[in-house]
Amino acid sequence: MSEAIETARTYLRPSKKLPTVWCGGCGLGIILSAMIRAIARVGVEKNDVAVVSGIGCTGRMPTYVDFNTLHTTHGRALAFATGIKLARPSLTVIAAMGDGDALAIGGNHFIHACRRNIDMTAIVANNSIYGMTGGQYSPTTPHGKRGTTAPYGNVEHAFDVASLAAGAGATFVARSSVYHARELDRLFEKAIRHKGFSVVEAVTNCYTSYGRLNNHASPVEMLRWMKENSVPFAAAAKMDPEELEGKFTRGVIVDRELPEFIESYDEQASALAENPVAVEQVGNILRRFDAAAERLNPKSG
Amino acid sequence: MKADPKGVLTGAHYLDGDHAAAEGALAAGCRFLAGYPITPSTEVAERFAARIPKVGGGVFIQMEDELASMAAILGGAWAGKKSMTVTSGPGFSLMMENLGLGIMMEVPLVLINVQRGGPSTGLPTLPGQADMMQARWGSHGDYEIIAICPSSPQEAFDYMITAFNFSEKYRVPTLVMMDECVGHMTEKVVIPPADEIEITPRKEYTGPPEEYLPYLPDKDMIPWMTKAGDGTRFHTTGLTHDEKGYPVMNADCQETLVRRLVDKIRTNADEIAILEEEEIDGADVVLISYGISSRVAIPAIERARREGLKVGSLRLVTVWPFPETRVRELAKNVKALVIPEMNYGQVYYEIERCAAGNARTVLVPHAGGWVHDVDDIYAGIKEGLK
Ligand code: SF4
Repeated sequence: MSEAIETARTYLRPSKKLPTVWCGGCGLGIILSAMIRAIARVGVEKNDVAVVSGIGCTGRMPTYVDFNTLHTTHGRALAFATGIKLARPSLTVIAAMGDGDALAIGGNHFIHACRRNIDMTAIVANNSIYGMTGGQYSPTTPHGKRGTTAPYGNVEHAFDVASLAAGAGATFVARSSVYHARELDRLFEKAIRHKGFSVVEAVTNCYTSYGRLNNHASPVEMLRWMKENSVPFAAAAKMDPEELEGKFTRGVIVDRELPEFIESYDEQASALAENPVAVEQVGNILRRFDAAAERLNPKSG
Repeated sequence: MKADPKGVLTGAHYLDGDHAAAEGALAAGCRFLAGYPITPSTEVAERFAARIPKVGGGVFIQMEDELASMAAILGGAWAGKKSMTVTSGPGFSLMMENLGLGIMMEVPLVLINVQRGGPSTGLPTLPGQADMMQARWGSHGDYEIIAICPSSPQEAFDYMITAFNFSEKYRVPTLVMMDECVGHMTEKVVIPPADEIEITPRKEYTGPPEEYLPYLPDKDMIPWMTKAGDGTRFHTTGLTHDEKGYPVMNADCQETLVRRLVDKIRTNADEIAILEEEEIDGADVVLISYGISSRVAIPAIERARREGLKVGSLRLVTVWPFPETRVRELAKNVKALVIPEMNYGQVYYEIERCAAGNARTVLVPHAGGWVHDVDDIYAGIKEGLK
């Protein structure tokens, strides 16, 4: 344990005073430390890591860590991260988002990031609620559960984050929970090492805004709930749907190879440079623009 | 610093304003464009996408919407690339969110709005100038911004370079407010050799990385910029922040920060102002215009002069920050200021405010869809002389 604390210290900002803004018992600290352990294990230099976030309790995560950190607007972390990665591909780019951030206001960016396969990692801290604004139902609040804006129970249905990511084309998708902290950091590590777009859903607890509204006794009881209501992916494959009712699966859900965006883009560019036919094609595109212009307005010049 | 020759397509070309703007961006050293297709601005992105692999060291990406485009270029700038996006009215509305983030984070970038008729979807293929106040105030909160209005393809090229230079110098997003006419009109564009193009380099921090403070202002109020991956391990946020970039939630920090964001532009307004003046001395009426309207006004001014009327012209190449000093001064020396714009009064009200009752102000409005009728501008001049 002391080694873990030592690792955490190496990666926390000396200039940023603790405690964090998070409530006692909040799972976000566990996710942050799992992320730190994963980065330490992958062995990337602190200088070469960029952590991007949006808005909400998870949005505050980057402030504490000693990387290049960018706290952006609600829902836009992945779009912002896309620009960082494309402008400087040598960086290891991680976007940390909550469920509302990633999947409601940022839902469109999320699915398109999955589809593009740019080599970066999305961490979705899923606590099924808008924590920072005080407990409004989110895109992952289960049907029937309460939020301050669903005082009689949520009439909507929740996203399955990992399935959504897989369906949208992410080339690495995994899920675990803050109860399974060690498993979580191993999944983060795999995700960071994966060449392509990776998503890790970290099921977490928000006792303050979700637990109290939904009859959970304490933050610890919520962790126990994760332990008792999650099933490793392999074991789940052998279980009946009834047995899995109300439970979530853990582990690597997708791990596949697909040409990565920057590699494909660069290949195309170097093919252009070496290939006179391709150069000619670009020339033709430009000439087509010019010819169209000429047709529109043949006299001036 | 001189332009990187790789991005400069030196020579005489025959280009529309959109293509010329793309070439201006490349000449200015822009190497990242994230955009979303929208008429009448798409050609800027198309040309950039076709040209950037040949120029090298850059990338184009088509994002899922304008919210993402704007966010992506902020990221691109923080990772060290000169970055831009391009859009028109509806997309401009979506970009307002992250434009505010760019202002708060003090990110150098250029945003082109090829204006079309609005509100809403309006007239996608026809011109307007009705986003001028949105350019000034469209994102929430208090700020100052720079906006430039080219009136020809040549200027679209030239002023893209100026826009990038301003954005670097003042660390502020800079808007290039074209309109459909300028974007789609085709004229001769002369691109000079790279060594004749002056480029303002990024104000990069060069001290010990561990001592870097992302928001410590220099004497000129502008903090030094860094990029991710250079060892500075900075934090930046859209929250009100201190010199370290860390959030501070109180009125004192807000006052210090917002005041500096406003003052770094406002106190330099005269230096930023690019104005074209013509026959102002002794004029009874001065026509104040910008963008395509400046060119449409020329025959009206000439006609009035042929009739012996003393008409001067003040063209606002930069509209924001508003060239307040010059307009105030002018109002004291003329009978009237006549303002043709393709909207129902936007920049007009700024002029009226600065005229402060010293001169009459006459708006010649036009809802957009086409340019002004020369007769209407002429009638405005006559009205001013009544
Ligand atoms: S509100 Fe919930 S998510 Fe936010 S810090 Fe508190 S416990 Fe954590």
